[in-house]
Amino acid sequence: MSIAVEPRHEHVADSGAVIGAVVRRTLLRVRRMPAAFVPSIVMPVFQLVAFSGAFGAAVRFAGVDNAMDWYVPLNAVQGASFGAMGVSFGLINDMQTGFFDRLLMAPTRRWTLIAGPMAGAIVRAIVPILLVVVVGFAGGMNVPGGWLAFVTIGIAAVGIALVASAFALGLTYRMRNMGAATLTQFAVFFTIFLSTSQVPLAAMNGWLHAVARVNPMTNVLRLARQGLLGEVTWDQTWGGLLAIAVMLVLSSAFALTGLKRLER
Amino acid sequence: MSAITHDAAAVGSTRPGLGVGRLVAHTTSLTKRSVIGRLRQPAALAPSFIFPLFFAALGAASFSRIADRPDFQAIAPSFLNYNAAGAILQGVLFAAVSASGDLATDIEQGFFERLLASPVSRTSIILGRLGSAMVVAMVQVVVFLAIFMVFGARIETGVVGFFGLLVGGALLALAMAGLMSGVAVRSGSPEVVQGSFPLVFALMFLSSAFFPRIYMTGWYRTVADWNPMSHIVEGMQSFMNEPLALDQFLRAWVIPLIVAAAGIMFALRALSTRLKAL
Repeated sequence: MSIAVEPRHEHVADSGAVIGAVVRRTLLRVRRMPAAFVPSIVMPVFQLVAFSGAFGAAVRFAGVDNAMDWYVPLNAVQGASFGAMGVSFGLINDMQTGFFDRLLMAPTRRWTLIAGPMAGAIVRAIVPILLVVVVGFAGGMNVPGGWLAFVTIGIAAVGIALVASAFALGLTYRMRNMGAATLTQFAVFFTIFLSTSQVPLAAMNGWLHAVARVNPMTNVLRLARQGLLGEVTWDQTWGGLLAIAVMLVLSSAFALTGLKRLER
Repeated sequence: MSAITHDAAAVGSTRPGLGVGRLVAHTTSLTKRSVIGRLRQPAALAPSFIFPLFFAALGAASFSRIADRPDFQAIAPSFLNYNAAGAILQGVLFAAVSASGDLATDIEQGFFERLLASPVSRTSIILGRLGSAMVVAMVQVVVFLAIFMVFGARIETGVVGFFGLLVGGALLALAMAGLMSGVAVRSGSPEVVQGSFPLVFALMFLSSAFFPRIYMTGWYRTVADWNPMSHIVEGMQSFMNEPLALDQFLRAWVIPLIVAAAGIMFALRALSTRLKAL
């Protein structure tokens, strides 16, 4: 693993082409191992149905017309984050088969080894997001915010897919085993559920209210939900965008330092 | 493994035949081995403790205001009290599936065939796993109830209710581990057993384990009404929240017992088929 040297500029491959190749490889893996991809589609949809059915009354008592309006954005975000686990599994597989060593020897910029899998995670996120929205429509989801509602759901879900995949890469570069994927899953799970995942802030009390109030995921979910609960406004948007931007910078730095540590 | 080694003399000296004493001795040895194996893998056992407690804490903080409603008060005095049975159900089901996954691992890694080569009772191979699932379930019930009581939950039916929950948890583990052991023996693959987990997850969520049925509507309510898991968990909930009644035992004990009988028959049939194929 200590073979990597940053290549000279005149010999460096086009970064866009490298990222494109990594994304194609991600899709190829999905096609070859659909069983590993199916849970990331099924689970968000099942969870949407289960939460809306079981806890629907809880959000209705809190003033939300249809439980789908509350749970569609949550499950779109969570479904998108599952791509991060795929990124981690793929990287571990590449490390075990020696393919990652070949990538390190290739004349590519180091950051493309992070940007490529992150772009792959975005592609993997598209199907779960679309499916959750379709099921939401079937369940009578309201869209008072119009098309902007889908834009905000898309930004929030893709943003979290990027953050989670960068975090997964950083962890996998450090741990170099399957435990990284499990830890990523736990981190995403706890971050999402310790926010306004199930009910609005006003309905919570005690420790959860205190945690959810400072959890950046609460801002992200507010960004995602606003178009299904009312008009899309800047007031409801900027906090989510800021949260995604900060988390993305931190998780990308975590991934880059992890890669550097691996190379050493 | 050490349990088997220690009891090897007893097993080896037993004459062939299906004496009840022999079956009990072998089942006890294999249960011990299985329990020790589970204790040696705390990472595999931890999720069945952590996730139910996390969801219970989350539910108590998220839904406690709903618990102040008069219609909820008719069911339970607090969401924590309501949620205890759901947490037990969730933990027991997680652990039972995991125990069956260990049986499939034994088959995959060849330990199962080594057992077959020994003079051990065939039935005890399955019953040993089921025994360990029941032991783990009883530990879970004790741990969960202790934690819930520290945070203010109370068992309305007292010591009898505690015993009711303890036996109910063990029988539920027997039922789920029986069914999943059948899957493990048929497939011989831990992945297939773990792959069946979403079905368990669905059974759990499409019931009143996490929220009362009175608040559910439409097809979801219909499914929850028909789901046996709703009736099992409501039996356990009533030990926590209602005065003692026969109905509680019928729901929390008899339903899992019927499912367990079917599950064990399925597992033994799968074992018989596998043995014939050898």
